[in-house]
Amino acid sequence: MTSPSALSSGGISTVAKRLIGTPSVGPLLVLLAFCVIFSLTNPRFLATQNLSIILQQTVIIGTLAIGQTLIILTAGIDLAVGAICVLGTILAGKLANSGYDPVLAMALAVLACTAAGVAAGSLISGLRLPPFIVTLGILGIITAALRLISAGGAFAVNDDFLGWTGSTIRLHGFVVTYGVIIMLLLYAVVWFLLNQTQWGRHVYAVGNNPEAARLVGIPVGRLLLSVYVLAAFIYGIAAWLALGRIPNADPNALQTANLDSITAVVIGGTSLFGGRGGLMGTLIGALIVGVLRNGLTLAGIDPLWQDLITGILVIVAVALDQLTRGRR
Amino acid sequence: MAPVEPTTQAPASTGVILEARNLVKRYGHVTALDGVDFELRSGEILAVVGDNGAGKSSLIKALTGALIPDSGEILLDGHPVHFKGPLEARKLGIETVYQDLAVAAALDISSNLFLGRERRRPGFLGNVLRMLDKKGMRAEAERSMAELKFRLPSISSAVESLSGGQRQGVAVARAALFAKKLAIMDEPTAALGVRETGQVLDLIRAIRQRGLPVVLISHNMPNVFEIADRIHIMRLGRRAAVVSPKTHTMADVVAIMTGAAKVEGPA
Repeated sequence: MTSPSALSSGGISTVAKRLIGTPSVGPLLVLLAFCVIFSLTNPRFLATQNLSIILQQTVIIGTLAIGQTLIILTAGIDLAVGAICVLGTILAGKLANSGYDPVLAMALAVLACTAAGVAAGSLISGLRLPPFIVTLGILGIITAALRLISAGGAFAVNDDFLGWTGSTIRLHGFVVTYGVIIMLLLYAVVWFLLNQTQWGRHVYAVGNNPEAARLVGIPVGRLLLSVYVLAAFIYGIAAWLALGRIPNADPNALQTANLDSITAVVIGGTSLFGGRGGLMGTLIGALIVGVLRNGLTLAGIDPLWQDLITGILVIVAVALDQLTRGRR
Repeated sequence: MAPVEPTTQAPASTGVILEARNLVKRYGHVTALDGVDFELRSGEILAVVGDNGAGKSSLIKALTGALIPDSGEILLDGHPVHFKGPLEARKLGIETVYQDLAVAAALDISSNLFLGRERRRPGFLGNVLRMLDKKGMRAEAERSMAELKFRLPSISSAVESLSGGQRQGVAVARAALFAKKLAIMDEPTAALGVRETGQVLDLIRAIRQRGLPVVLISHNMPNVFEIADRIHIMRLGRRAAVVSPKTHTMADVVAIMTGAAKVEGPA
């Protein structure tokens, strides 16, 4: 039974299994497929300048998706990601425009975002309210409050420090903004936390089987709180990156951030049921969303079609997750 | 290994690991525990049997800290203990395996074995960066599984890829790995088929062989008779008898459980 051919076919099938089992391979193939299609339809797509633009366009959603990944891994969902980020941009802008030191203004804004995470996390872990309802409520509260504060209007934020994340540097001829670098650093740090520390392992365990996690002595409530606080802190940093992209604080900005960040997480292979997936998939998922929007724009397709296609993508990704779960 | 013969062994040579005296627990008019005594000796598998509502699970909850008795005392190694919760019992070396597979299915075997008790790398990586010692935990997990002679696929495969028996094996092995005093298993084979039950029973024997006493709660009489050194029989919130499977038959035990037979001799 152990003929060489049997052995080698076994070897190939284990390699194939490994590949299929590695969660970010599927999304990576999708990303590559989109890149191939768009480069065939428009040669400008693969120009370094365009690739650099895609990265910059991915910065805000890509960063918000880090926090969203953490929360979805615990089987939660965050519908306030855009609202908390906008809270950051408005507060930082208001404070800086009224004469505060910009560094202090940004720090206070990040602190306020983090406080929103403390509120969400406390309600979810303490009162055991469903994350869906809590974050939906926070979305409503923040959105209304911001419109009251800013009297409904957008305003310009012209400050060197607040806009610094949009300034560019050249790396081997490739132009990137400091915002892109900050986003990638955040990915690296949170990846490390998720994959190499006890905290990360407990995030997976709580999302996978909260009862088992509690029985082995993991403080489930405290862990959930820490996840919502860290996620909201990251949304605060995303607010800084957003001010670097567009020097404007707008209470009506980032309306599609919920859909886009959840899409990035889900097409990156993280399960909405919690406990499965990872951050590398999310980065790829965010890039897929960015590539799709950029490629369709280059092809001269109406932006409304981009939302439509994003919507279809997220449903297909969730359906695939559901089907593979059913087989287990 | 030599079978333990509790009826003939002198009490002096048999260390009592966990003892309960006269535990009482009432819920309003319902008396769950009506002055129950309990005794687990070193190196034995003690089965706890009883009809539904006889107080089995209340007794086990009291012993694992999940329930605080109204009166009575619990002694661990001869010292009185007062558990305020399951974590306290765990800290003192009592591990519990629950009926429903208490594992995180998406995580691998090694992660599940060390869940909640992960080890960190030595030095800067562990102390400052809080890095997990994944390699060390995997090696330790493999070593323990080999020692318990429990066959599993790769230690880094996800628990959800295992059979039900293997999954419960992971939960049982986790208890064995960390229990310093004793392991309590609450219907560990209730959800398993015949062959898988056999695997888990073998594992429980291997744990006894390592010197760890085990309390086994089970409805399954053939399993109890196959594996237990002594059988603690609950009836009406009290200990009706403790018998040896060598001197009593399954029919005897069922008769005591249901009150059809009076108990001969002191429990």
